[in-house]
Amino acid sequence: MRRLFIPLLFAACTARADEVQVAVAANFTAPAKLLAAAFERDSGHKAQLSFGGTGKFYAQIRNGAPFEVLLAADNTTPARLEAEGAAVAGSRCTYAVGRLALWSARPGYVDDQGAVLARGGFQHLAIANPKLAPYGAAAIEALTALKLLGAVQAKLVQGENIAQAHQFVASGNAELGFVALSQAMQDGRLATGSVWIVPARLHQAIRQDAVLLARGRGKPAAQAWLNYLKGNGAQAIIKSFGYEI
Amino acid sequence: MPSLPNLTADLGAVWLTFRLATVTTVLLLLIGTPIAWWLARTRSWWKGPVGAVVALPIVLPPTVIGFYLLLLMGPDGAVGRFTEWAGIGLLPFTFWGLVVASVFYSMPFVVQPIQNAFEAIGERPLEAAATLRAAPLDAFFSVALPLAKPGFLTATILGFAHTVGEFGVVLMIGGNIPDRTRVVSVQIYDHVEALEYAQAHWLAGGMVAFSFLVLLALYTLTGRKAR
Amino acid sequence: MSIAAQFKLAWPGFSLDVDLDLPGRGVTALFGHSGCGKTTLLRCIAGLERGAGRLAINGEIWQDAGVFLPTHRRPLGYVFQDARLFAHLDVGGNLDYARRRAASVNSRGDAAIVELLGLGPLLDRLPERLSGGEQQRVAIARALLSAPRLLLLDEPLAALDHARKQEILPYLERLRDELDIPVIYVSHAADEVARLVDHLVVMDGGRAVAQGPLAETLARIDLPIRLGEDAGAVFAATVAERDAEWHLARVEFDGGELWVRDSGVAVGRRVRVRILARDVSLANSRHDDVSIINLLPATVLAHAAEDHPSAILVQLRVGGTKLLARLTRRSAQRLDLAPGREVWVQIKAVALIG
Repeated sequence: MRRLFIPLLFAACTARADEVQVAVAANFTAPAKLLAAAFERDSGHKAQLSFGGTGKFYAQIRNGAPFEVLLAADNTTPARLEAEGAAVAGSRCTYAVGRLALWSARPGYVDDQGAVLARGGFQHLAIANPKLAPYGAAAIEALTALKLLGAVQAKLVQGENIAQAHQFVASGNAELGFVALSQAMQDGRLATGSVWIVPARLHQAIRQDAVLLARGRGKPAAQAWLNYLKGNGAQAIIKSFGYEI
Repeated sequence: MPSLPNLTADLGAVWLTFRLATVTTVLLLLIGTPIAWWLARTRSWWKGPVGAVVALPIVLPPTVIGFYLLLLMGPDGAVGRFTEWAGIGLLPFTFWGLVVASVFYSMPFVVQPIQNAFEAIGERPLEAAATLRAAPLDAFFSVALPLAKPGFLTATILGFAHTVGEFGVVLMIGGNIPDRTRVVSVQIYDHVEALEYAQAHWLAGGMVAFSFLVLLALYTLTGRKAR
Repeated sequence: MSIAAQFKLAWPGFSLDVDLDLPGRGVTALFGHSGCGKTTLLRCIAGLERGAGRLAINGEIWQDAGVFLPTHRRPLGYVFQDARLFAHLDVGGNLDYARRRAASVNSRGDAAIVELLGLGPLLDRLPERLSGGEQQRVAIARALLSAPRLLLLDEPLAALDHARKQEILPYLERLRDELDIPVIYVSHAADEVARLVDHLVVMDGGRAVAQGPLAETLARIDLPIRLGEDAGAVFAATVAERDAEWHLARVEFDGGELWVRDSGVAVGRRVRVRILARDVSLANSRHDDVSIINLLPATVLAHAAEDHPSAILVQLRVGGTKLLARLTRRSAQRLDLAPGREVWVQIKAVALIG
C-alpha cells in the first residue's frame, strides 16, 4: 500500500516548475520546516522537503532520486557527490555547524560539566551510529578525548541516526545520550530535561554542508533556496536551534 | 572476490539472529497454541477483538510497533514498570527485549495457521474422543494436536522466517549492540548505509537464499499434504 | 434394569421434550423422520448436548439436578453416522485408542470384537483407505472396545449405499444377539428398524409420540407419522418344516403358519417375519383359485386414513398377532370392512428378516 504511493508522490513533486526538491538531514528537520515556510513567503517558491539519513540520501541520489538540493549532516557526502559529478561543482557551502549535546530527559540528571559521564550509575548511553552519523562519530571522539570510552563502551546503545538516539533518551529507555543540540532546543532555549553542551574542542566540528545537485542545475527555485540559506533571516532561524554558522 | 573484513561481526549477527528466531518460535508455539485453540473454538464476544489484536502486526508498520514497544517497555511504560518491579530490569536494548517484541510481531504468522488447522478439524473428532473416554486435555494432545500437524509445520516455518526477516522493530528497540541486538537485517542496513556493498551483498544474498529455501520447503511440504 | 431419560431443550425453531422409560437390555430404536429430534436426544444421552433433565442408566445417575457427567466420564460407546475415525491413526491405532481408555476390562475379549466385525485384515490400514462400510465396522468395534455399558448408534447405515448396508447388517444382527448391554439405535429407515430392534420409540417434532415393543408399536395405525410403503407388521415365528422339493419353509407364529422362501434357516430356529401392508389384500371368503399360497382367517380391528385419499390402512388380528393391510378406500367400502368383521387375508410376500 505504502509502496504504491511513492511513484505517485514523485509524479506530483516534479510537476511544478517553481518547486525545489530538498533532501534534508534528519537533525535539521525542525529548522528546515521553519525555513521552508519563510522561504515560500519571501520568494513565492515552494521547498518540498524530504527528511532522512545522509547516507541513505547519498545512495538514492546516486540511483536517480529527483532531489535538487541536499542539506547534509556532514561535509564529506556533498564533497563526494561533487567529485562524482552528481553535484554542481563549486556550489557547496556550510549552512550550519552542529553542536553536540549530552542530554537527559530528566531535569538535573546531566550537570553543566558533564561529570555524570565519569560518575557512571546509568544503564544506557545513547549515541547515533558512529559509522553512519557525524553526531555519532563526534560523540565517540568526545568520549575518547575525555578518556571515558572504555568505561562506557558496554553501556552504549546506538540509534541508526541521531533522531533515533534522541528517541531512546526521550522515552527514558536510555538515561542520557549524545544528541544534536538542535534537538534539545526550542525557541533558543532548552526544551526539557537537562543538558551539557559538549565543548567544541572535544570533537571535530560537525560542518553540515549544502550542495546543488545535478538535477537542480539551472533551476531558479533551487538556486534561490541556496541563496536564501545564506541570508540573515535564515541564519537567525538556524542559530535559534543551537547551531552555529 | 572482494575482501570481507568484518566477517566475525557478520557471523555474530547470523548466530544472534538464529538464536532469536529459535527462542521466539519456541515461545510462540507455546503461547500461540492455546490462543489459536481458544480462537478456533470460542463463541465469546471477545473472539473478534482478540483475533484483531493478534492480527495487528500484519497491517501495522514495524516502526509503529517498535515505537509503542519502546514506550511500553520503557521506564514509564506499563511493561517497563512491571519488569522493573519483577526485578528483570528494562527490556529495550536486551536480547530478551527483542524476544518479547518478536513474539508479538510474529504472533499472527504462528497463531493463524494453527487456528485454521484447529478450525478445519472441528468438533467432530473431539466428540468422538470424548465418547471414547478421553478427557478434554487428553483429547487435545491425542487427537487435536496430531491432526493439526500441517498447521504447526506452517506456523513454525513462518514464525521462524518472519522473525529472521524482522527489521523495523529491532531497529527501534534494539540499540544495535553486537551479539545482543545486532541481528542480520540491522547489520545489512548498516553495511548499506556505510556503502560497504560487498559485505551487504553476502548477507543480503544469504537472506534471500534462506527465505527462498524456507518458502520452498513450506510449499513442498504443505503441497504434498494437500494431495 | 432400565433407562430413564427425561430431557427438555429449546433452540430457535426446535424443541425437545421427552420422558422415556426404556428397557435396560436389547435394542431400542429412536425412529422418525429427519428433524424429529432423535439424534439430538441421543446426543443428550451421551452428554454431547446439555438439555435440562434427568438420565439414569440401570440405576446409575448420569444427569440430574446439579449432576452432569461430562461425556468422557460416561461409560458409553457412540457410533456416529460419519464414523469419525481418527485420520492420523490406522485401524489398529483407532482400536487401541479406545482400548487404552476403556473404563473396565472388556468382558467379551478384544480379539473377539475384532473378529466379530471382521477387522483382522484391515488393522494396518489408514481410515482414508477404507470403504464407508469398513469405516463403520471399525467405528463400531472401537466403540465396543471401550467396554461401554450403553451403546449408542446414530444412523450408522444412513451414509452407505444399499450394497454396503447389506454388508454391515449381518454384523449388527450378530451384535444384537451377542451384546449384553442396552443399545439405542437412531434410524429413519423402517427396514433397519424392523430387522434389528426390540423396542421402538417413534419421535415427531421433538416429542416421543409412541413407544413399546416393536411388533405392537409397528402394528399401530394411530401413529401420527406415516410410514407409507414401509407400513407393515413384524412378529416372531419358528421354522417348523423345510420342503426340499419346492424350496419353501413353513414357519409357525401365534395365529397360524406361513410358507416362505427357504433361506437355509434350520428347523426350530426363531426368526423375525415382516409383512408389509401393501403386500396384504383382503377377501370376504377363502379363494383357493389364486396364486397366493398364504391365506389366513382374520378379524378387522380398525382402520385409518392414509396420506393419499384413495388409500386406507386396515388393522387385523390373526390369532394373537396383528397385521396391517393397505387397500383402496373403494375396496374397503365394497367389502364393508367394519371393525369385528371376519375376513381372509391374502399375503403376497413374506420376508424373513434375521
